Amino acid sequence: MNDVTTAPGADLPEHPDFLWRNPEPKKNYDVVIIGGGGHGLATAHYLAKNHGITNVAVLEKGWLAGGNMARNTTLIRSNYLWDESAAIYEHALKLWEGLEDDLGYPILFSQRGVLNLAHTEQDIRDSVRRVEANKLNGIDAEWLGPDEVKRICPIINTSGDIRYPVRGATYQPRAGIAKHDYVAWGFARRVDEAGVDLIQDCEVTGFTVDGDRVTGVRTSRGDIGCGTVALCAAGHTSVLLDELGVRTPLQSHPLQALVSELLEPVHPTIVMSNAVHVYVSQAHKGELVMGAGVDSYNGYGQRGAFHIIERQMAAAVELFPVFARAHLLRSWAGIVDVTPDASPIVGHTPYENVFVNAGWGTGGFKATPGLGWCFAHTIAHGQPHPYVAPFSLDRFTTGALVDEHGAAAVAH
Amino acid sequence: MSRVHGYGRVETGRTLTFTFDGRTYTGHPGDTLASALLANGVHLVGSSVKLGRPHGISAAWTEDATALVQIERPFPEPMLQATTVELVDGLVARGLRGQGRLASLADPARYDRQHTHTDTLVIGAGPAGLLAALAAARAGEDVVLVDDRSCAGGALTGTEVVDGRPALEFVADVVEELARLGVRHLQRTTAFGQYDDGFVLALQRRTDHLGAAAPAHRGRQRVHRIRALKVVVATGAQERPIVFADNDRPGIMLAASARDYLHRYGVLAGREVVVFTSDDAAYAAALDLAGAGSEVTLLDVRDAPPREWAARAADAGVAVHASAVVTGTEGEQRVRAVLARTVDGGIRLPADLLLVSGGWNPVVHLFSHARGALAYDPELGSFRPTSSLPGVTAIGAANGTLDLAGVLRDGAGPDAPVAGPEPARTPTGIVWRTEGDPDRQFVDIQRDATVTDIGRAVGAGLRSVEHVKRYTTIGTAHDQGKTSGVLASGITAELLGARIEDLGTTTYRPPYTPVAFAALAGRSRGELFDPVRTTPLHEWHVAAGAVFEDVGQWKRPRYYPRPGEDMDTAVLRECAATRSGVGILDGSTLGKIDVQGPDAGVLLDRLYTNMMSTLKVGRVRYGVLCGNDGMVLDDGTVLRIDEHRYLLTTTTGGAATVLDWMEEWLQTEWPELRVHLTSVTEQWSVFPVVGPRSREVVGEVFADLDVGNDAFPFMAWRDTTLDGVPVRVARISFSGELAYEVNVCSWYAPALWTRLLAAGQRHGITPYGTETMHVLRAEKGYPIIGQDTDGTVSPQDLGMSWVVSKKKDDFVGKRSFSRPENHNPLRKQFVSLLPVDGRTRLPEGSQIVELCDDGLPEPPVPMLGHVTSSYHSAELARPFALALVKNGRARIGELVDVPVDGALVRALIGDTVLVDPEGARRDG
Ligand SMILES: Cc1cc2nc3c(=O)[nH]c(=O)nc-3n(C[C@H](O)[C@H](O)[C@H](O)COP(=O)(O)OP(=O)(O)OC[C@H]3O[C@@H](n4cnc5c(N)ncnc54)[C@H](O)[C@@H]3O)c2cc1C
Repeated sequence: MNDVTTAPGADLPEHPDFLWRNPEPKKNYDVVIIGGGGHGLATAHYLAKNHGITNVAVLEKGWLAGGNMARNTTLIRSNYLWDESAAIYEHALKLWEGLEDDLGYPILFSQRGVLNLAHTEQDIRDSVRRVEANKLNGIDAEWLGPDEVKRICPIINTSGDIRYPVRGATYQPRAGIAKHDYVAWGFARRVDEAGVDLIQDCEVTGFTVDGDRVTGVRTSRGDIGCGTVALCAAGHTSVLLDELGVRTPLQSHPLQALVSELLEPVHPTIVMSNAVHVYVSQAHKGELVMGAGVDSYNGYGQRGAFHIIERQMAAAVELFPVFARAHLLRSWAGIVDVTPDASPIVGHTPYENVFVNAGWGTGGFKATPGLGWCFAHTIAHGQPHPYVAPFSLDRFTTGALVDEHGAAAVAH
Repeated sequence: MSRVHGYGRVETGRTLTFTFDGRTYTGHPGDTLASALLANGVHLVGSSVKLGRPHGISAAWTEDATALVQIERPFPEPMLQATTVELVDGLVARGLRGQGRLASLADPARYDRQHTHTDTLVIGAGPAGLLAALAAARAGEDVVLVDDRSCAGGALTGTEVVDGRPALEFVADVVEELARLGVRHLQRTTAFGQYDDGFVLALQRRTDHLGAAAPAHRGRQRVHRIRALKVVVATGAQERPIVFADNDRPGIMLAASARDYLHRYGVLAGREVVVFTSDDAAYAAALDLAGAGSEVTLLDVRDAPPREWAARAADAGVAVHASAVVTGTEGEQRVRAVLARTVDGGIRLPADLLLVSGGWNPVVHLFSHARGALAYDPELGSFRPTSSLPGVTAIGAANGTLDLAGVLRDGAGPDAPVAGPEPARTPTGIVWRTEGDPDRQFVDIQRDATVTDIGRAVGAGLRSVEHVKRYTTIGTAHDQGKTSGVLASGITAELLGARIEDLGTTTYRPPYTPVAFAALAGRSRGELFDPVRTTPLHEWHVAAGAVFEDVGQWKRPRYYPRPGEDMDTAVLRECAATRSGVGILDGSTLGKIDVQGPDAGVLLDRLYTNMMSTLKVGRVRYGVLCGNDGMVLDDGTVLRIDEHRYLLTTTTGGAATVLDWMEEWLQTEWPELRVHLTSVTEQWSVFPVVGPRSREVVGEVFADLDVGNDAFPFMAWRDTTLDGVPVRVARISFSGELAYEVNVCSWYAPALWTRLLAAGQRHGITPYGTETMHVLRAEKGYPIIGQDTDGTVSPQDLGMSWVVSKKKDDFVGKRSFSRPENHNPLRKQFVSLLPVDGRTRLPEGSQIVELCDDGLPEPPVPMLGHVTSSYHSAELARPFALALVKNGRARIGELVDVPVDGALVRALIGDTVLVDPEGARRDG
């Protein structure tokens, strides 16, 4: 038996004694935010903090932040290829760096760096391209050879005797992970303090419309009038916009993740490999947290197919032979909203007072504070914040796509 | 020693030696690590993660929440339950606090996977499952029966009577009949996940229990991927504890588990025993332990203890207190005394074992994985299946049936075997916790989470069990809340003044019990992670000293170095030899799709940007495929074989994508088209014979073929034979040189390759690899899709407007070409870049910026595009690159800067075609 008095990493900071009220919905709000995930809550936070707008309700159909916010693998990075993406994610990363203080909540933001592995000649080209673009955008990025990869993460198999040897990696030292529930609850507590009503078990089922304005939302807890509607419903956005006759190019897919039991620290950073399809970090308590790509079919079931997990385990053991006898403890899935160019949709809709934020797919957690900041600005000014302006819905008609699907891009 | 004579089924004739926390003990075959420890009087196993409180063994099987161990030998394995580790000689283990440890060596064991299809899958070989399997097998069904323990029988202890015989004899008979009926019956096999449509995953442990005697050839674990028409969930029930102060001490155990230790392993877990219960079943435990020599006191929460049981207890000398609750315990390393409140007031009972029973939780995990609905059953005080899930039924204790007679009927219907007389069950008292200090009432023992923590969560404003779970971490530990889940819901409901029915439980998720990563990876490791594809010439390439490159799943020769050559010199030699004489490439990895049917031309016209249906038989056309967004997806050549048949080629890496893409359109959008698609990539081998002397080589080998320009023009194909073997030759050039692509059935590939080399010998024929292929095509400005494009590049951006039909009504991507952004003058266009110094080879991937005479400015620095391909050219005697540059074609002749390793390299934008711009060479 161990006789240490505190087990390493066993303990997490306590949550505060009070989080939020559970108010009855009012008849009317200046702003109704649909969806109490990370994005809805962060938007409410910056509406209050940056714009003084607090007559706001966040309507959540289930339990607060119980959608993707509760299910994601919490990777945070800003080493995106395209200028438009790099700008919003880097804005978010800078906010992450001060978020613990802003929220007064221990969100366990740990900047342990991310390695994106390259296994083929084309991976190397794509990696160099992304690193060079990052540097010119002022984002910390390096290209590392296999030996440097090994130095940063000694448990990676960098030998030649694996199917797709590691040829190098991009490295962003400022990338990291955080505790998703803590982040969500930190935002929720702040917005509750500011007087925002967080209304749970309140599903929006429709809208009342007057011309090109929406006057209210129909919910499972009655009708609620509103000045402005802000959609933050992630995978259900297309369902809601359908009610308004607005078509969005969103496809909802299951995305799975899993954890192991708690393990002594072995993995000091975050490793992602697109070529063999797995990414891994070791969370604060010691569990390995992993994910891979989306399940290919569409669905709202919040569960995926098992072969995806098997494939991901094979990739993990291939890259990290020491993981062989780690155990899969729990797997789960969320519904992610994927756009044709794998970039989000933020901004105007055909309705004058309805703004949309969706399409973050597999990678919207990291954007949480940045998006909240910019979406709040968009709502307050009635005009997209410059960082989200490139992500308008009409880019699918104009063709001004920000294609993060492309060869050089990385999911999550 | 706590082993009692006359009890248990372990092989006492053989002794095994093991080490725990540095001390050596003995046990017997049939023991688990936990039973062997208890037999040696060891209760203390580990300690709690947060508070470091001593922890013992709290159950006998997977529901145990406390006895976590690290295995060190035979091979390190993190965090297992001592209750599930079968004892073997030489086992070395230690108790854990919080975190397990991974081995630093690679796991030498093998794991594999097996697919099984069956009519009926029965999960659980307890009485219900055994009888359900028997009924199905007798009805002629194909049956698979899996069970996670080492032998069949489930919760039967052996004391029961079935059809007038001891229950275990009945079990043995059923097992024997199942074997006779051909049922695939697997013990030590845990069904750990159920997915849609009768898909169940089960893990079989095949060697660990055999220790050193395990056959070397046998894989350690096997994942059975079972697909069944009917799934019968007969997974039993797990006892539910009751929460009281200091309920986490070693020596506190579920009541039925103590019975299991006695009857299965012959271990008496304590001598001075207090049983605390709200359910009848614990009386059996009390009586059995008393019968084995313990002194037992029973505290029943209920005001009216079950009369029949109470009478038996009195006969056995077990004192029964009604309306009594445990309020606390004493003892550090092991419970020493139990504090209770009875009708007579507070009492203190000395004890070395405290057994607890708060009723039963049906094991509904597998039912719930497949989204079977659960509802709270107030009689059970737990959740059980309500709706029927198509193809899935839950029976026996898994469905809430708790009496043996009922369980037997669940399994076998009205003609079920008859259970021996048992006292009739009386209602369970539903108690989640007793009075006492909530700070010391542990709900999730592993996580040190208490009633106080739930109280804080509720006080913080949390109303959902999911929130409470996250706030308190209850249910997130190794046991995933097997015993704590329902309790947490109950206590939360109590504190909220809500109904547990309205609160529900948290969702059950696979796996039911932890599964090693390696078991899930199976054989998909190393070479088999993604099976390597090689061409029929692979041996030849190896013998020729090729350096290989991974392209998709293929191994392709990248270059063939001669002694002393590095890649650059080898490639310069290969390029020069090909442009001046003749070279030969193994192009067999090229994707090939045979398209047949009356509507083949219609399909190709809709998918390619150019017209394919007008292609004449015997001719070849280059084509481009775009996505919906009008961006280039793949390219290749199309050969028209006859009126209703085309053969198309794709890039090596794009073959599967293109076939999937075509099938998706065909199957989901245009099912009316009469077309069939067949991948023939591996059926055809292809060797481009390239260079000014290629005509001589090809003409010599295929004497029947007229290889002259008139009879056999560029972009035509001809069939011929060689020694009776059909060969197809096409005049296609990816280098700008005169070239013949020779296609043959892969069976004959090595023979034909050798013939071509022999014929080419006097012309100095030079085999070349992908790198030379890339250089030659780049000198001609031919893009490689996926290298020079990235999904954001249109045919127009590539300077290939000519490949986009203006005549066709529609094709995939056409609509996108009219979007404003596609006409933005600042789009990136495909150009060449010549480093001005004539020496620097620009790294591929480099970004391109406007000239900066004063060095790179502060970020953000606007980017113009990037270098997509970059090589040394033998022909040009200098390095050159291809790039995508904003408004590039209009900027030909201008200079830009390329940041490379902290310096700026100046480069000139040029046209993409750098060699033979007139195209004079392609006809020789
Ligand atoms: C398995 C997994 C792993 C991931 N990993 C990462 C990662 O590592 N890094 C990263 O950056 N991102 C990751 N993501 C993506 C990230 O979680 C999402 O992009 C992000 O959480 C989306 O924003 P959100 O938090 O607002 O969404 P959500 O939390 O899903 O919030 C949407 C909310 O809207 C509610 N809602 C829907 N319809 C209605 C309605 N009609 N009325 C009221 N409420 C409604 C939902 O219940 C939900 O709570 C991952 C996602 C998954 C599923």
